[in-house]
Amino acid sequence: MDQLSFPKKPYPTRGGVHAPHNKHTAHKETLVMPVPKMVALPMNQHIGAPCVPLVKVGDTVDVGQCIARSDAFVSAPIHASVSGTVKKIDKITMPDGNRLDAIFIESDGEQRVSPDVKPPEVESLSELLTAVRESGLVGLGGAGFPTAVKLNIPADKTVDTMIVNVAECEPYITSDHREALENGWDIISGIITVKEFLGIHRVIVGIENNKPDAIKALRDIVDNSLDPEDEIRVLPLKATYPQGAEKILIKACTGREVPMGGLPSDAGCLVMNVGSIAFIARYLKTGMPLVSRRLTVDGSAIKEPANVIVPIGTPIKDVIEFVGGYKEEPKKILMGGPMMGIALPCDELYVLKQNNAILAFGEKEAKLAEPSACIRCGKCVTSCPMRLLPLELCNASERRDEEALNRLNAMNCMECGCCSFTCPAKRHLVQTIRLGKAFLNQKKREQIAQSKGGKK
Amino acid sequence: MMENKLYVSSSPHIRSNNSTRRIMLDVIIALAPTSVAACVIFGFRAAVLIAVCVATCVLLEFLARKVMKRESTVGDLSAVVTGLLLALNLPVDINPLIAMFGCLIAIVVVKQMFGGIGMNFVNPALAARIVLLVSFPSAMMHWVTVKGAPAKAVIDATTSATPLAAEKGTYSYVDLLIGRCGGSIGEVCAIALIIGGIYLVIRRVISPIIPCVYLATAGVMSLIFGLNPVFQVLAGGMLLGAIFMATDYTTSPVTNWGKVIYAAGCGLLTMLLRTYSNMPEGVSFSILLMNILVPLIERMTAPRTLGFVKKAKGEKK
Repeated sequence: MDQLSFPKKPYPTRGGVHAPHNKHTAHKETLVMPVPKMVALPMNQHIGAPCVPLVKVGDTVDVGQCIARSDAFVSAPIHASVSGTVKKIDKITMPDGNRLDAIFIESDGEQRVSPDVKPPEVESLSELLTAVRESGLVGLGGAGFPTAVKLNIPADKTVDTMIVNVAECEPYITSDHREALENGWDIISGIITVKEFLGIHRVIVGIENNKPDAIKALRDIVDNSLDPEDEIRVLPLKATYPQGAEKILIKACTGREVPMGGLPSDAGCLVMNVGSIAFIARYLKTGMPLVSRRLTVDGSAIKEPANVIVPIGTPIKDVIEFVGGYKEEPKKILMGGPMMGIALPCDELYVLKQNNAILAFGEKEAKLAEPSACIRCGKCVTSCPMRLLPLELCNASERRDEEALNRLNAMNCMECGCCSFTCPAKRHLVQTIRLGKAFLNQKKREQIAQSKGGKK
Repeated sequence: MMENKLYVSSSPHIRSNNSTRRIMLDVIIALAPTSVAACVIFGFRAAVLIAVCVATCVLLEFLARKVMKRESTVGDLSAVVTGLLLALNLPVDINPLIAMFGCLIAIVVVKQMFGGIGMNFVNPALAARIVLLVSFPSAMMHWVTVKGAPAKAVIDATTSATPLAAEKGTYSYVDLLIGRCGGSIGEVCAIALIIGGIYLVIRRVISPIIPCVYLATAGVMSLIFGLNPVFQVLAGGMLLGAIFMATDYTTSPVTNWGKVIYAAGCGLLTMLLRTYSNMPEGVSFSILLMNILVPLIERMTAPRTLGFVKKAKGEKK
């Protein structure tokens, strides 16, 4: 293998857009929210198999107690975030519209810590993987992929580089920024743990250059001789959306491209969100599983935007009330950032593990302009970081043209939304392409079903 | 449930403040120096011609949408741009009725009959110009020179040749830059066109690829044909064509390499027509021809998507 070196400046990436940053909460200390009266913990807060409840109505639970798990490989157990009584197990509507069981716990306000909470003993990679799995950790950046699965690198792949994602390219969101400023030592200790166990000798901390204070804070810690072999470097990146998207981040930090349909490990990379890596360090120290997280509350309808550490399962309404409530009537509430977040049907939903922001907007921001005809200006093509042809993909999706969608590599679209953002005709490009992708997936399933039927 | 209804939509939830209208407005602003120069050089009649073309185009756009029972698109200002471009492509003493007929071709036949903005396969103003050129050749090639120009044609409304058809050495570079020569009202003043082009590039309305490659190819071809490249670029409709006509969004490729091929084709064809055809000018025909090839060029030049790996031979899908 060639000698690994650290890039002096990021490798060039194509496309992207300059969305207004709106990082109003970057300089505010994170607030800690008091224990809510009731939390709801849905059985699926990760990509993978849903969990099955281990408790029943009427049980008393403690903070950190495992209350639901699944034996499936791709899954993550769920822990009680408050101490109290299980009130009910009932279906709730998830942000994506799915209905799914959730455990409702009425808090007794005592926050008794479960006796199960004790620092795990970790001396080998397999012990680390077990510990991370038991911690219930999922990617805290938004996708919610179980971290234990991510760290379990298949034997046929070699990973030589770990990238810590502090890019935080979504407008408004500053939870990773605050993590870097407030928990720098956890981050470094998490990095060192993971890199030692996985045998990685190059760690690049990718961070957008619009966070000079966080760059300085992280560099100070890295330079403070904690890294004698000089295997960790902080790399400031261009502040353009979507710099923090996995494939783009890998390109910017290493110059490598993840092959189409492949995973970061196919490019020899492991990408970890900064919050996740810091959590690993804390978990190994305290044994407290993932029961709370930091999220950004912002948007034009929020009175006092802030970063808040909240117990997972807290009603979104309570979180918004905690930061002073609404300034104006909210017309759109988002879970996640404005570029890729999910619009919620109401504020009676609950904070999930992977939920990095709650944004509420008033009428002016919430209402989108009507789309008009495509003028073929090509701005979507220039802005596409995956170098696709969004206007053609959009047409092919509308026609449900399977051949064209495949020829145009529809499945390589990561739905970052740059095309729709930049379109002067306000066309719903990425929204339509999503339908095209769903159509291809459906075709694929039909084909598989058919070939199976044929074999019988 | 909340009484307050929320908007639920698929991401992204924010948009840039760019709009079709803003882009068209930028093109109009970029054409302002040329339009003003036309009025200064050719006088009041140029202003009338511009006003007639713009008004007719907007009116026809409105009526055409109305007849087709579609929502009005007058607000996007694209009809204003078409009218302006057509006027700038006409000689000053053309009969206003002929100009209005050109507007009809541009807006109704070429643009709206093919589905309106973004759907026309050739540039409406150019197509109209060519229809007029073929239908009314004498009116369309009746060039008027400014008073006091070195072209001996000191009296207004006297027929003269455009720099391309004139004898060698009739016009100096300065004449061509400031518009002391014959030609369509919008093509004579090179300086004004260049200013407009720079504005469009700065405002990121157009990419500099098309004008630069077009002019560079034409320059190289002039050298090959033993012509003066600077003169060839400045004279005739080449600047107007390269900056404002060839860069029309709808009828030029969206991919960068596509733009290069398209613009090189325009430059090549223009010089071939100027050298070998019996017409003095070839800009309109070459752009129109390349317009038609755009879908093919685009297919050929689709960018390599991030992470694309060629499938090995024999590998199954």
